[in-house]
Amino acid sequence: MRVSERQEALRLEGIHKAFGAFVALQSIDLAIGAGELVCFVGPSGCGKTTLLRIIAGLETQSSGRVIQGGRDISGAPPAARDYGIVFQSYALFPNLTIRENVAYGLVNRRRARAQIEARVKELLTLVGLPDSGSKYPSQLSGGQQQRIALARALATAPSLLLLDEPLSALDAKERERLRGEIRQLQRRVGVTTIMVTHDQEEALSMSDRVVVMNQGRIEQVGTPLEVYEHPTTPFVADFLGKVSVLRAVCVGSGRYKVGRVELTTKANGVGQGQQVRLYLRPEDRVLADSGPVESMPNALRGRVEHVDFLGTYCLAALDVDGFDGQRLLVYFSLNQALELGVREGASIPFALRGERVRVFAHTA
Amino acid sequence: MSGVPVSASAAAPFTPRPTSLSSERLAALGGLALVATALLVFLTLPLATLFVRSADDRAGQFVGLANFSAYFASPAFANSAQNTLVFALATTVITVPLAFLFAYAVQRSRIPLPGLWRNIALLPILAPSLLAALSFIYLFGNQGWLKGALSWFGLQTIYGLPGMVLAMCFAAFPHALMILLAALALADARLYEAADSLATPGWRKFLTITLPGARYGLISAAMVVFTMAVSEFGVPKVIGGNVSVLAIDIYKQVIGQQNFSMGAVVGLILLAPVLVAFIIDGMVRRRQKALLSARSVPYQPRPAPMRDAVLLLFVVLMSAVMLLVIGMAVFGSFVKVWPYNLSFTLNHYTFGFEEAGVDHAWRNSVRMALWSGAFGAAVTFGGAYWLEKTRGADLLRPLIQLQAMMPMAVPGLVLGIGYILFFNHPANPLGFLYGTMTILVVCTVVHYYSSSHLTAVTALKQLDAEFEAVSASLKVPFYKTFWRVTVPVCLPALIDIARYYFVNAMTTISAVVFLYSPKTTLAAISIVHLDEAGNVGSASAMATLIVATSAIVTALFFCLEWLLVRRTQAWRFAARN
Repeated sequence: MRVSERQEALRLEGIHKAFGAFVALQSIDLAIGAGELVCFVGPSGCGKTTLLRIIAGLETQSSGRVIQGGRDISGAPPAARDYGIVFQSYALFPNLTIRENVAYGLVNRRRARAQIEARVKELLTLVGLPDSGSKYPSQLSGGQQQRIALARALATAPSLLLLDEPLSALDAKERERLRGEIRQLQRRVGVTTIMVTHDQEEALSMSDRVVVMNQGRIEQVGTPLEVYEHPTTPFVADFLGKVSVLRAVCVGSGRYKVGRVELTTKANGVGQGQQVRLYLRPEDRVLADSGPVESMPNALRGRVEHVDFLGTYCLAALDVDGFDGQRLLVYFSLNQALELGVREGASIPFALRGERVRVFAHTA
Repeated sequence: MSGVPVSASAAAPFTPRPTSLSSERLAALGGLALVATALLVFLTLPLATLFVRSADDRAGQFVGLANFSAYFASPAFANSAQNTLVFALATTVITVPLAFLFAYAVQRSRIPLPGLWRNIALLPILAPSLLAALSFIYLFGNQGWLKGALSWFGLQTIYGLPGMVLAMCFAAFPHALMILLAALALADARLYEAADSLATPGWRKFLTITLPGARYGLISAAMVVFTMAVSEFGVPKVIGGNVSVLAIDIYKQVIGQQNFSMGAVVGLILLAPVLVAFIIDGMVRRRQKALLSARSVPYQPRPAPMRDAVLLLFVVLMSAVMLLVIGMAVFGSFVKVWPYNLSFTLNHYTFGFEEAGVDHAWRNSVRMALWSGAFGAAVTFGGAYWLEKTRGADLLRPLIQLQAMMPMAVPGLVLGIGYILFFNHPANPLGFLYGTMTILVVCTVVHYYSSSHLTAVTALKQLDAEFEAVSASLKVPFYKTFWRVTVPVCLPALIDIARYYFVNAMTTISAVVFLYSPKTTLAAISIVHLDEAGNVGSASAMATLIVATSAIVTALFFCLEWLLVRRTQAWRFAARN
């Protein structure tokens, strides 16, 4: 679902933030729809956390406006904004029980004790820890603590949920499990959610839309599939997923010469003779198990230089005939690798999917 | 997660209660301003007065550096400056190696009962520095028990530099020991394992791993001991004979001759070496960071019979000396006429105090110490909280930080003289404080502010930095989180700070000696008077009272901590299941 089809929950207009001479964020414009889960993703130092903290009112933007539900909250202190937040460190109060932690924001609202108790119970059940109320945070595992932090943030039913690298402190298995749980929970509660992460896999698997950031700017906004399939900048192509970058020259409409080989793509609009870079993902290939690849367009043959075994699939670095030493990364499922005899030194036929190739002008 | 249907609207009754935010912001900034102002009025301005007054003549006319040139021209200055330097250097050179060896034995060997030896060696902290001077007089003085032993070292008398250095070593030892215990507490076992795998002999491991690891601790300890000795007033007064030091010069100028300008001059001169030491210390500390990483594996010493036996012998000997020195003063306070009539008496505690008119001194001290503990802990913790956990006012912060660390570099005597110059000034609207109990409490809190501040900051830094942000997002005002989370979690540190203030208030002389009035005489100060009046028995009695009070209150504080921790810190001990 696109923003236009949802009610707008949050809008950022021209957000700019400088720390002294260092510009952390510049001209950030973004609209987030109600009920959406949006990930800010980018390398460390790209400004994603700063942007989240500006939305939370924990940092003040140098210029620009933050509008939540039609209300301008640009200058409002954190307590005057409507959101719940979960930090990487969980920030659970160590001296309070789980029940007291979850009820922390409720007690302040002068609700009847029974009402609070019911709400705490509801939330603990929601995050799958109904019996942990009388424990202390230190008695729970990292993943459990993060669930409690989530329950605490949702207790006051905020219209916006902010997650600051919520899974970074967890081990790989726990992280993967919590990914699914958070997503499911967010859908069920329907709360608009912004999550900051440096993990592209996390961003792609969880979000409705991904905001890819780099050096204080937004590089691209789109659904996970859009940004992965159609990256608009070399940075996005490189940051999300694996990619091989090939030096090439344009030799005609959609045709590019890599080394001594000419490839046909659907990427037009580049002047003949211009130096470009082709961005290819390891899966942008057709292999011999799905037909005679030699007769397909962009048929190639490459010698396997080495193979990384990654579990269900292998990633092979190929020295492609005619590429003049430029290496190409290609995925093989484990079965394909066995059937096609992928091992160091083997020569493997394959064809490139020309329609998938992204072309970017080369700026020296 | 289970399939309970939950929607945002289900909880709609929990609408945010409007909070008065401007008031919260005001409280944060107001608190910071309050801390800054308090430090300015009670620390910086009194010290600044020193600079102003040092350039005035006795009539208050500006004379530039004339006071300095007069002082430097006098042969008395050269003499006391040299004495002070020799006294402080000798104390440092003797104390630090002994303390290092002691700390090494406790932390890095397998001697039995390390905790017991450690506590015995730390006992002198509970006593005024004068106690050691009195004990050494009992032992080696003109009627001394072991007077004969002096000649073995080629000494005629204990009075003078030898006695001063001995007594000062005793008083400074626990302070150096605490720093070195901390410096040797943690070591990375992986370094020792790597050395072992390379077949490194023990002495080489000591020189290449242990010593460099404790380098900064050693420098810090040396600085602390040197600073203490330079500004020591009581020890030279009691056992120094006619050896003059800078600290006594100040006292004579100010209290004896009411020459405030000259007092300010000597105060500034005293401030100079200590300030240099402080700056060096600060530079060293800055480089110390990241010596131990989070990945370090704690070092566990393995038994080594020879080493452990030698270290145990040393530790037992040192502990015996500590107990002997304290015990001597205690014993002396209960006998009729040392060393001729050793029958038991309480006269030194009763008639002795009455005769000298100091029978209210102990009560004053306890009152002062209680107030310093309570008020000091509240102010220090509050100040550290405002500094650490609020946002905004970025210009004010470094100013507060600098001022909070300043007292560490200011000898008590200099602070005291600054106070007398500042609060005694006819134009000062705070002049009414002069001569009251309040000013003694304030001066003591400021005097010992730095380490208490550091304790509070360390405790606060251990809290998650996002507690305040989480509270704000939950619309809980900051003071509620302060009360429900911050204070309970930091309770052990708070109790530590209160205890530290209490014990120091009981034993301090250097700053308050300029500020007390006949009504507010303190126990530690009265020791000097009793000794001056020739009543060594009552002086010892007063010192004994102070030690006993400090010890009992310290024990009470530990009980309190234990009880409170058990009641409020259940989460610390909650077993993981």
